[in-house]
Amino acid sequence: MSEPQSGAPARRGLSPGAVTAALVTPAYLWLTVAIFLPLVAMLVFSFLTAAPFGNRAVEFTGAHYLVFYNRPYLVEVALRSLALGAWTTGICALIGLPAALALSRAFRGRTREVLFFLVILPFWTNGLVRVFSWTMVLRENGILDDIVRAFWADAPSIGILYSYPAIVVGLVHAYLPYMILTCYLSVVAIDDEILEAARSLGARAPVVFGKIVLPLAAPGLIAGSVLIFVPVIGSFMEPRILGGTAGVTIGTVIEDQFTQAFNWPLGSALSFIMLAVVLVVFAVFSRALRGRLTLS
Amino acid sequence: MTALGKLFLFAVLGFLYLPVAVLVAMAFNASPLYALPFEFTTHWFEELAGNDKLLAATRNSVLIAILTTVLATVIGALAAIALSRRRFRGRTLLRLLLLPPIAIPWLIIGTAMLVFFFWTGIGRGLHAMVLGHVALAIPYVVLVVGAGLNNTRIDLEEAAMSLGSTPLHAFFAVTLPLLMPSLIAAALFAFAVSLDQFVISYFLATPGVSTLPVEIYTSIRKGFTPEVNAVSSLLLAASMILIIIFARLTKVGGVSGRR
Repeated sequence: MSEPQSGAPARRGLSPGAVTAALVTPAYLWLTVAIFLPLVAMLVFSFLTAAPFGNRAVEFTGAHYLVFYNRPYLVEVALRSLALGAWTTGICALIGLPAALALSRAFRGRTREVLFFLVILPFWTNGLVRVFSWTMVLRENGILDDIVRAFWADAPSIGILYSYPAIVVGLVHAYLPYMILTCYLSVVAIDDEILEAARSLGARAPVVFGKIVLPLAAPGLIAGSVLIFVPVIGSFMEPRILGGTAGVTIGTVIEDQFTQAFNWPLGSALSFIMLAVVLVVFAVFSRALRGRLTLS
Repeated sequence: MTALGKLFLFAVLGFLYLPVAVLVAMAFNASPLYALPFEFTTHWFEELAGNDKLLAATRNSVLIAILTTVLATVIGALAAIALSRRRFRGRTLLRLLLLPPIAIPWLIIGTAMLVFFFWTGIGRGLHAMVLGHVALAIPYVVLVVGAGLNNTRIDLEEAAMSLGSTPLHAFFAVTLPLLMPSLIAAALFAFAVSLDQFVISYFLATPGVSTLPVEIYTSIRKGFTPEVNAVSSLLLAASMILIIIFARLTKVGGVSGRR
């Protein structure tokens, strides 16, 4: 895999190729054992009739991949998961792009750096803890109700915990920093003089936005959307904690196969179907994503 | 327009920090049912000190994070040196192979690890979690250290070698000291990735051996208690401090990329 070519001049004893191999082998050996082989194992597993533990006789079958045909309710669950991804991504885009524009246009220098950091800081804290924090805000007679009742004492409860909208709120909260980050990196480079030139030539605000800002922000919007859509369709703890009985998604169905139902081959097949969806999304948007799958 | 923009951004920041503030406030609130008005107490933190299950889980989390940090930083830094300083066939492929651990949803990776580790007899538990966490952290270490290497001038190393230093000595005497901030940043990041990791640990935990996030998840599903708020607040504080130091070392936020 890492066939060496002449790099630095050869030294006593060790060839440059051997040095390169020695440097990269530990990392890729580790990734092979912990990531790549497990994915292969799961693919094999998804074609077995049962988990091959304890000398049980197993055969190969493709039946698990017909799961959406055999269990029609799963089609609804899958559609709900995809819709969750679409809602979350769409709302993140609607809030994230204006926020990125505000950050890049309305603030300067040190203030802007600090605010930018404040926006992305929550992203690197524990997601589970942040989802949990919403349960206290959104539940009946929770903080949200307290805030409303401070103004209107007899207000009816607007607690939405254990509902589909609650899941969307939690997911938007979890992934909004990502959208602001990718949009910001796109729009911060827009030169003020271009916008100024357009305005002085008579373009009104909506035209400036549609013809200049949006096309230049598009790479950031697309990158942010993909990087949000993919983990959201694979989410399971957010629907579990915020959705209650309304929170059945493909993610929670997969979790159940591994932790409750112990139907590992079926769970593996569902995981692989999800992986296929993820790969298609990445393939379609690969050009827009190039060089953006890094830290910042 | 500018005033409106400022207002909007502060509203967004309010949305991002409101629930977190509520979580921390409730850790210091006397009511076990999260009821207002607010009454200050440190009772829940005292309870925490006597909760053996959460303490054991915390110990596991820290132990796994330390092991992950050491292993991922050393292994990742070696790979970063090869990937950004040496030219060889297959380099692009190796760079691409760093993406799956970052890009594939953790649910898929976690269940795949469970299947493979169970099947091969590696099993579940602390060692399995370290195996998984290191794999998740390696790509980030390679990216951070690689960026650091790209910012260190290779001609200094070459100058040392032209003055008679061996490549190994030139690396240790010249490049490594310059690279130190990146290495520390990568180590902090690996620590934070491991400390906050929930999904992988969840699938690799056993009834007796779990980590703090896994324990928190179990407690949340059983029913709420402000003890969970107390321990969650501590976890939040820990990862925020780690990331703030990381940001200072790598200059994330506005000045990144500029030299």
